[in-house]
Amino acid sequence: MEIKDHNDLFAEPEYQAQFEAKKEFENGCSAAQVAEIAEWTKTAEYRELNFSREAVSINPAKACQPLGAVLAALGFEKTLPFVQGSQGCTAYFRSYFSRHFKEPIATVSSSMTEDAAVFGGLSNMSEGLENAYALYKPEMIAVSTTCMAEVIGDDLQAYIKQSKASGAIPVDLPVPYAHTPSFVGSHLNGYDAMLRGILGTLGTPGEANGKLNIIPGFDGYSGNLREIKRMLDVMGVDHTMLADYSDVVDGGNTGCYELYPEGGTKLADAADAVNAKATISLQRAATVKTGELISGEWGQEFVVVGEPIGINATDAFLAEVSRLSGAPIPAALEAERARAVDAIVDSHPYVHNKRLAMVGDPDLLVGLISFALEIGMKPVHIVCTNGDKKFKKAAEELLASSPFGAEATIWIKKDLWHLRSLMFTEPVDLLVGPSNAKFLWKDTGTPLVRIGFPLFDRHHLYKRPIVGYEGATNLLMDFVNTVLDEMDRKAIATDSPSFDLIR
Amino acid sequence: MIRQVAIYGKGGIGKSTTTQNTVAALAEAGKKVMIVGCDPKADSTRLILNEKAQATVMDMAREAGSVEDLELEDVLLTGYGDVKCAESGGPEPGVGCAGRGVITAINFLEEEGAYTDDLDFVFYDVLGDVVCGGFAMPIREGKAREIYIVTSGEMMAMYAANNIARGILKYAQSGGVRLGGLICNSRKTDREYDLIQALAERLGTQMIHFVPRDNEVQRAELRRQTVIQYNPEHPQADEYRALAKKIAENENLVIPTPISTDELEELLMEFGIMEAEPADEAVA
Repeated sequence: MEIKDHNDLFAEPEYQAQFEAKKEFENGCSAAQVAEIAEWTKTAEYRELNFSREAVSINPAKACQPLGAVLAALGFEKTLPFVQGSQGCTAYFRSYFSRHFKEPIATVSSSMTEDAAVFGGLSNMSEGLENAYALYKPEMIAVSTTCMAEVIGDDLQAYIKQSKASGAIPVDLPVPYAHTPSFVGSHLNGYDAMLRGILGTLGTPGEANGKLNIIPGFDGYSGNLREIKRMLDVMGVDHTMLADYSDVVDGGNTGCYELYPEGGTKLADAADAVNAKATISLQRAATVKTGELISGEWGQEFVVVGEPIGINATDAFLAEVSRLSGAPIPAALEAERARAVDAIVDSHPYVHNKRLAMVGDPDLLVGLISFALEIGMKPVHIVCTNGDKKFKKAAEELLASSPFGAEATIWIKKDLWHLRSLMFTEPVDLLVGPSNAKFLWKDTGTPLVRIGFPLFDRHHLYKRPIVGYEGATNLLMDFVNTVLDEMDRKAIATDSPSFDLIR
Repeated sequence: MIRQVAIYGKGGIGKSTTTQNTVAALAEAGKKVMIVGCDPKADSTRLILNEKAQATVMDMAREAGSVEDLELEDVLLTGYGDVKCAESGGPEPGVGCAGRGVITAINFLEEEGAYTDDLDFVFYDVLGDVVCGGFAMPIREGKAREIYIVTSGEMMAMYAANNIARGILKYAQSGGVRLGGLICNSRKTDREYDLIQALAERLGTQMIHFVPRDNEVQRAELRRQTVIQYNPEHPQADEYRALAKKIAENENLVIPTPISTDELEELLMEFGIMEAEPADEAVA
């Protein structure tokens, strides 16, 4: 069977006729009018109107709380994420992750419908838990909620207790829960709430184990989780990664489907995490509540070091690990660092002074800003839909530490449509963000360096780390090669003599 | 250890008045108290704050854009006797979801550290019947452990009290919440004292106090004050002091035994409040 390329397919007469016919229903505007308004949306006048809008978000760069809760749950061995809510929400979480990881994602829903909205979700929860346990035999069920359950005020703690009391599930089955209303916060808060719920439920105080806990946070890169573990192994530091979903969302194909792929943080290790020496968080915004549990109830040292993106941030991460564990930084890692620095020096002429627009999660952005500054790029527009004041302050301090940060403005709680106005009125050289930003690439012609979550439109980027010294080299390649691709593209388009073999 | 207390009861029965007068009496006795109003009408703190109506959490959130933009000091005010006051607030009648407003407001107060260790009591003054999950928020997850139901000798107030007991039973089985007693806010109905005493017995609890009706309460209310503040020498002030003392010393916390509507009506008949329905006359 011949499968046509989309672009060819849609150019065929039958599709073209369909598109023309559709226009009749879609709007009464002429092509000239559409073009005129499109031009107007690029002006400073429109930018002002755009930034004064209050009642609507247009393409916010964030996902919702239960999505984050599901990812946290997937990070534990043989754990079934269970969403108290309607089926559509859960289907959305599964497909969202499948589009990013290109893997099947196991998550169940309690299938709430109209009668559950009226009478409360207790019977859905209780029957749902019973069925899920009987069919899928998980070792832990991690419950989160959707908007519907939150609006009607479902009391998860009571429902789970009652489900156990009625014999729907065994009393000793760990069933942590998190209230994760989608209409507040973002996937980061949901991740945080679920992780706190899981650690709070499993934690069993005992003898000190001398280990370090590492919380990567909501990180779309399985490659990052593996790289962090590898660096700790190279240092010989005994550690537990909390919510290690790397092998669960990025498993291999062995020829048979595994509902619970081998991997995830062992429940015994998670229970023992309370007895560790200290916990390092790589994302402040995704571990606020979890941090309170660890430093408060557990009385354990809790350190937020941020994402080790670029040379400086990786140095800081390793220094902190070294301080907490007493392990020195081995020559192997120093060699990796030297190679990354060497690569940066080699590519420096092409990235120097390049102006950037950036969009993403707060801690990722802090890491990327740090990296951009150290390789001499200039962040200009930084949009963080789910950023808070603390993020803004941290990012501004970081930008103030380098002359390359002088032109930057941080925009929290703004969306991709705001960024579009910024990019038209103050153009930049490169756009950095997740796949959703590709529409800004199309509109503004600014080439997109795909970094963040979700990455739907390019395959397997999530497998390759962007943290650590190896990650710094990877990031550098993304930036410099995008610049070089763009130079070549321009040279072809203008038939310029600068279409060089050697760059 | 903060003692958290929720006050429920039929709408218009005098929950807010009783709560504020009792809280004023506790404050007068040197206790540190916070009141959290859980009613979109937002009238749970006016007698303590001596002002018309406090800006509510939801009002402020609406203005600021979202709850995340609020600071604790915007919504937590201090009134008579150092009592801290917050109102959840909620939507206009007929729109939106007031229950969610209660959940949002209480979550906000918790996250922003309103529940300080120096507090002896937190009182939740909750709207009428527990109409949805949101209004059960104050008794969820280790918040209020004891509930008092305000009622009177009027049938509908008793009916509501029994209904609330049913709600408490549900939460008592899964959580630790208990019924501390009925507060009779007298409407001077027939044999009111005995009737509520009997109802309390049927529900497996006690009538913790009988608050007589006195116009001094209204006079104080018109001045946006509790009786304790307005006329501390008045005998009615002593009634609230007595109630406050009983609540502070109460150890009679039970899982209620709600009764059926038929049983409730039988009780009313027993006290001669309701006449027995005439036996069906045989059709000729």
